[in-house]
Amino acid sequence: MPIIVADCLSKVYPVAIKQSGMRGTLSHFFKRQNRLVNAVKDVSFEIQPGEVVGFLGPNGAGKTTTLKMLTGLIHPSSGRVRVADNVPFQRNRAFLEKITLVMGQKQQLLWDLPAMDSLRINAAVYGIGDREFKRRIGELTEMLSLEEKLTQPVRKLSLGERMKAELLAALLHQPQVLFLDEPTLGLDVNAQVSVREFLKSYNERFDATILLTSHYMADITALCDRVLLIHQGQLIYDGALDGLLDHFAPYRQVKLELEQTLPEAELAPYGEIESISGREVCFIIHREELTRAVAKLLAELPVCDLTITDPPIEEIIGRVFKAGIVE
Amino acid sequence: MQILHQSKVFLSVYYAYMVEYRAELILWVLANSMPLIMMGVWTQAAAGGGFSLSAIDFAHYFICVFLIRQLTIVWVVWEFEKEVVEGRLSPRLLQPIDPVWHHVAGHVAERFARMPFTFVLMALFFVLYPQAFWVPSGGGAVLAIAAIILAFILRFLIQYTFAMFAFWTERATAIEQFWFLFYSFLSGMIAPLNVFPEGVKAVVMWTPFPYLIYFPASLLVGLPVNVGQGFGVMVAWSALFWVVNRWLWRRGLRHYSGMGA
Repeated sequence: MPIIVADCLSKVYPVAIKQSGMRGTLSHFFKRQNRLVNAVKDVSFEIQPGEVVGFLGPNGAGKTTTLKMLTGLIHPSSGRVRVADNVPFQRNRAFLEKITLVMGQKQQLLWDLPAMDSLRINAAVYGIGDREFKRRIGELTEMLSLEEKLTQPVRKLSLGERMKAELLAALLHQPQVLFLDEPTLGLDVNAQVSVREFLKSYNERFDATILLTSHYMADITALCDRVLLIHQGQLIYDGALDGLLDHFAPYRQVKLELEQTLPEAELAPYGEIESISGREVCFIIHREELTRAVAKLLAELPVCDLTITDPPIEEIIGRVFKAGIVE
Repeated sequence: MQILHQSKVFLSVYYAYMVEYRAELILWVLANSMPLIMMGVWTQAAAGGGFSLSAIDFAHYFICVFLIRQLTIVWVVWEFEKEVVEGRLSPRLLQPIDPVWHHVAGHVAERFARMPFTFVLMALFFVLYPQAFWVPSGGGAVLAIAAIILAFILRFLIQYTFAMFAFWTERATAIEQFWFLFYSFLSGMIAPLNVFPEGVKAVVMWTPFPYLIYFPASLLVGLPVNVGQGFGVMVAWSALFWVVNRWLWRRGLRHYSGMGA
């Protein structure tokens, strides 16, 4: 039985509109005008217990709105939603104890106190006894390698440590369903990797269901077998990650650092140039041609350094739309 | 038992949080020394005669006003407005506890952090002005403590009710600032209600204002007040604000979620 069911979910918001300039300000003062925005349109999907699903889409596509409907923060304008056998927006205790929402940019830990103090509050809120609290803290700090960090004021932690502490706080009550909105935003590569590894092991150990949004393709490739792609409020793809990449965006980003700057005309024959900044050049190259193209680049150009990465999700999605695959 | 444990944890954590701001706390205590200035004004005025209270009565009254202001200070509207505007309310709504308890714990814990500074300042005052020292009667003190607790509850409920408007206006603090104008005149902060004309005083005694300062201060000083009416009016206003508050909370949440939380 699915643990998350979204059936024809829609959300329409009123958004205030105001013209710039003095006249706009005055008319806005006397008469507010709103425009209705269809943030989410007829979105339907089901997620089984234990699944890790990536939720992709460009900025403003409706990802966060959908997550907020699934957690019960906002009422859907129409459609049906059930999570862990509950109607989320009723926000009853049994439901709240089973879920968590982590928003990369929003923090719940008290800034001036050690994270341990905020954790004690969470333990009290969720009715976790002292012994169980210590056991869970031990288990999660070990999984997150956060030992000794919990007694330092949150403001003294690095961004990565703080995110891990936020995760710990959000998972102390051992929720079954995790909604993660950009959990690795702004973290350095090492911190991203350790957050990813943690989420993977949390999923395995507790058979937790995870729905996450991310701007980093690496998060999605490392964690999710299945992805949902949303664009302008509509679900346009629901399936395996491989299928999405193969069909929609079979590209790699190849970044070169050259020994000297070269004119664009000289670089163009090697592939599609995404950007040139001094001695650094970034190509977008079709996956099938990757090996051949890289070999050619290394053989023919004065290359100091070369890295191959998945293009950012924005880029992939941009290509999906540009190619006319999705209208 | 669960509630007791929760209260203990909330208070101890928020106490630690407030103590982090100890330097600011001293400034906040001093920032509320307006009653001490008013004391200077009124004791001077009373020296000329013509008031129902003597200079010493005024000194007693205003030192009580100072203490009561310290004990009933509330800032929930500023915090709540920030939470709504910045979206920080959302994660709080996903916890199985009403978010107001975070504010209540913060306010109560702050009292404990603030009190040592307040008492030091009061002790200093009595050292400099020993003839103003007095010991309140036992009964008066007990009633005054009950009245101060109720005054804090009422003040919190009123301001938290104004805070609910943050769901619609995003500048709920403007309402509080407007209200503060009436509060400063009618609560007895600037002058005890004894110096008001009888008719005005009789009307004002049915509003919540005098019960936030004048009533508990009078109990502590030993000025004559209608104890029954006082507690009755306080409970009635608290109940009214509580009902309005819960109604606005439910409607506000619906609106908040409608706007995208």
